[in-house]
Amino acid sequence: MIDRDQVLHVAKLARLRLTDDEVDRMAGELSKILEHVETMNQLDLEGVEPTSHVVDLTNVLREDVPRPSLDREVALEQAPDATDTGFRVPSPGAS
Amino acid sequence: MSDELLGLTAAEQAARIDAGELSAAEAFEYWRGRAAADELGAYLWVADDTPEDAGTLPPIAVKDLFCVRGVPSMAGSRILEGYRPPYTATGVRNLEDAGVRVLGKTNQDEFAMGSSNENSGFGPVQNPWDRTRVPGGSSGGSAAAVAAGTAPWAIGTDTGGSIRQPASLCGIVGMKPTYGAVSRYGMIAFASSLDQCGPLTRDVTDAAILLGHLQGRDPCDSTSLGIPDGVPLPTAERLDGLRFGIWGMEEPGLEPGVAEQVNATLARIEELGGSVEPIELPTAGHGIAAYYVIAPAEASANLARYDGVRYGPRAAGNGDLTSLYEQTRHDGFGEEVRRRIMIGTYALSSGYYEAYYGTAQKVRTRIAQDFAAAFGEVDFVVSPTSATVAFKLGERTADPLAMYLSDYYTVPMPLAGIPAISIPCGLSEGLPVGFQIAGPAFSEARILDAAHALEKSIAFGGVPVT
Repeated sequence: MIDRDQVLHVAKLARLRLTDDEVDRMAGELSKILEHVETMNQLDLEGVEPTSHVVDLTNVLREDVPRPSLDREVALEQAPDATDTGFRVPSPGAS
Repeated sequence: MSDELLGLTAAEQAARIDAGELSAAEAFEYWRGRAAADELGAYLWVADDTPEDAGTLPPIAVKDLFCVRGVPSMAGSRILEGYRPPYTATGVRNLEDAGVRVLGKTNQDEFAMGSSNENSGFGPVQNPWDRTRVPGGSSGGSAAAVAAGTAPWAIGTDTGGSIRQPASLCGIVGMKPTYGAVSRYGMIAFASSLDQCGPLTRDVTDAAILLGHLQGRDPCDSTSLGIPDGVPLPTAERLDGLRFGIWGMEEPGLEPGVAEQVNATLARIEELGGSVEPIELPTAGHGIAAYYVIAPAEASANLARYDGVRYGPRAAGNGDLTSLYEQTRHDGFGEEVRRRIMIGTYALSSGYYEAYYGTAQKVRTRIAQDFAAAFGEVDFVVSPTSATVAFKLGERTADPLAMYLSDYYTVPMPLAGIPAISIPCGLSEGLPVGFQIAGPAFSEARILDAAHALEKSIAFGGVPVT
């Protein structure tokens, strides 16, 4: 079971504001989903190696050669607020 | 242009262009008109004009989450509303290099999270067979556009079934290639160890042509390998000597009408010279549980970048940076996306990581081992693509878990990284049923050949053009 406090803690980790109603609903929904997820524990997984990806590749390297990339102007074009040289945000220490 | 093109596959149109009987510009203009008149909600953007260089093949409908330079690419999410990327996804660029032009961007579940297209930030898509029903998801717009004849062919992405399930529910062909066959560069990411791009088409030949153009190693995606032997056009008309393992027919949720069509298809396999035997995938039943840890975990990391700083709309919050992030993400993400971010963040959080993510990765290993064992016995593993025909709009939205279980038959393959196709095999209650064929990694050519032979025998032919 996931309670309200856990929901609020996880929402904080995920930088996600939730309204009061959403916190309650999320607690119920996550509990139900995790209950299903926990059916994994019926399996005997002793000694089984975890799979993080399925491609039979390790350390794909390339020559460290500089290549042209996006112009700064183009990269800044889609930002909701930008200066000539960067993305503009409120001070992280403002509050 | 007359509606004559509507009755042709993309390959047939390409042959006319080749023979000089049709120009690519005429084809583009015809399909642009069809796409612009779409009434199903399948498109989020349609090209304004026919491009000066209209290429050499019929144009394509592209799932919204593929970045296309200068064209709205929002992954179905309000948090990317108005975003026009400065670059084009490799898969789309490969198609452009082959002479295919982008006709439009198709609606989808937000960030590809969903099985009904009802999670789009821009409204649902209707199934052309019955407009009160869902087209499936997450590539619902691409599937509906091809089925309704508003696009000659389309591409989508499949993470847990997002190409195959909508193809099944809309009565068309959809293929998820081997992980690594197609570059993921420029695909707005959902779950990076699972996401794969593939075709949604009228028939198996069109799927092979598109996949042939899409695939390839890409320096911009270090997990891309291409398909080593390429993708030859399928020609098989017989299945002599091929062994098919049928899986999942005892599932309690399997609709009798779906089972009936699948059984009829198994009988066709035998008529065509193949053999059918039941096969066990002992861990596959736990696929949904593992998937709904792994995919949300990866998504929670991938979606951390949407913070109202570099692109998309920004909410002010209380004036400080943290509340700017939190309010932007609250306002921009839909309910399902927030839910998945929460599951993923929880599963990766301190004290729970091993119990959830670690366990799910071990289940993933077991599922891959199940398939490896199966492919020691048979050439292909087959099953229904979906336990049900297209369900009603709104039918599963109140119960997230019921929606997740829609992916029962399609989730094990991406967990194992292997390719699978869904082809239409008949109707149940007047709605299409999909038949799924999976094979070992990089067996695309053999899967397409088997699907081609079956397709000829089934002669589905049902596109509900309106």
